[in-house]
Amino acid sequence: MKKYYKPSIFFLSLIPFFVIIYKIYFNQLGPEPVKEITHHTGEWTLIFICLTLAMTPLKKLTNLNIWIQFRRMLGLFVFFYATIHLLTYVGIDYIFKWEPIFDDVFKKKYIYIGFSAWLLLIPLAITKSQKMMKLLKHNWKKIHRLIYVIAIFGALHYIWLSKTIFFKPLIFAVIIFVLLIFRLNFRKFNN
Amino acid sequence: MKKIKYSEVTPEKIYNNRRYFIKSLGLGVSSIAMTTLPLINDVKSDEENKLTSYKDITTYNNYYEFGTAKGDPYKHSQNFKTNPWNIVIDGEVEKPIQISMDEILETFVSEERIQRLRCVEGWSMVIPWMGFSLNQLLSKVTLTSKAKFVEFESVYDPEQMRGQKYPILQWPYREGLRIDEAMHPLTTVVTGLYGKKLPNQNGAPLRIFMPWKYGFKSAKAIVKIKLVEKMPTSSWMRASPREYGFYSNVNPNVDHPRWSQATERVIGNDIFAPRVKTLMFNGYGNEVASLYTGMDLKKYF
Repeated sequence: MKKYYKPSIFFLSLIPFFVIIYKIYFNQLGPEPVKEITHHTGEWTLIFICLTLAMTPLKKLTNLNIWIQFRRMLGLFVFFYATIHLLTYVGIDYIFKWEPIFDDVFKKKYIYIGFSAWLLLIPLAITKSQKMMKLLKHNWKKIHRLIYVIAIFGALHYIWLSKTIFFKPLIFAVIIFVLLIFRLNFRKFNN
Repeated sequence: MKKIKYSEVTPEKIYNNRRYFIKSLGLGVSSIAMTTLPLINDVKSDEENKLTSYKDITTYNNYYEFGTAKGDPYKHSQNFKTNPWNIVIDGEVEKPIQISMDEILETFVSEERIQRLRCVEGWSMVIPWMGFSLNQLLSKVTLTSKAKFVEFESVYDPEQMRGQKYPILQWPYREGLRIDEAMHPLTTVVTGLYGKKLPNQNGAPLRIFMPWKYGFKSAKAIVKIKLVEKMPTSSWMRASPREYGFYSNVNPNVDHPRWSQATERVIGNDIFAPRVKTLMFNGYGNEVASLYTGMDLKKYF
């Protein structure tokens, strides 16, 4: 039974991707298709950040190690959706016109912080493997704590782009906040 | 719940042809000349002046009284009651009046006014409104010498408007204009679109529209027009004074503090269509730029 867990989660994690492909193909994206793709992939990036961050607390709460096996795959889906999100913005929204993009990245704080979050994801994606884990030893853990920073950046990215105080960005911020608070408590217990 | 079926709507092709028909008759020339004038614009190609579809205009709305998602106003406004409806005009006037919607529709002739809408979020539409100039409505009252600004107040009815149960903005929604802006012929009292009654999600029964300002300036479901001496504070100014100024003229050179205003997406274009450049005063500079002579538009954003 257990051997089916990982492939199932892998397949489930791809569903948001297939949904957007379906919508593009069948013209189901509504009046502002580019925004729809951007929002969809952005939201799923945040959802996968939350899922990734939830694995360690779940392990501690349930005393089951199985959760940790999913963590890396979920983390890679964060990178996957974040990259599509970024490519939509660069490639479809601004059709690779670098001038307005550079302008946005350096002058608009929500884009600056969103882009920073994506850059920080790169070392995590590169060092994902077991091999790297062994090679980097305790540094691996340090590097992968970057996900905490990425999560905060992601939440701020969403809050800052909203016109006023909206419900959804706040919900993500609260969930991420709670998941990060868990870490603080565990540190204390462990010491 | 009565929903407007797409099939009930005049197909846009016929609708567009109707305009050629009127033109070919040589009738209504004055109204066409006036209303399409800002559209006959050498900068914008015909493609960019194509009317946005009825479906997009009526299902993609910012109208937080009915919810913050773009589809919410369509979904949640269909049972909104717009009859009876009265509008009060008071403040710095000789004699305040109350005028019913029926009387407004009888007194003032609504003409077709094709105007561009540019949302502060960076998207745009071309909308065939039905309406007349606000200065006609204001001619019903005599202004005092203290009437320097106009404040618009939208309806407050949280029972019918679910969005008003949340403090997203300060309710009722308030907007304002300087008196010369309010008297400008392009400032339109809107009573309909696509030759039909104004749908609830677009601000029925009566809204205003200033095509050279960001969309949020154009208050919907108006119940009160107040002439005032001091510059009124709009709901958006109250929510974030650093980001939303009183004037809020469309200006590609003055960014929203958090995002660029240089370009816009045209609603209804396909997914790979590029953004288009935003025009100063949304392309209505010839008509309205003189209102702002000598003003620093970066400071008075």
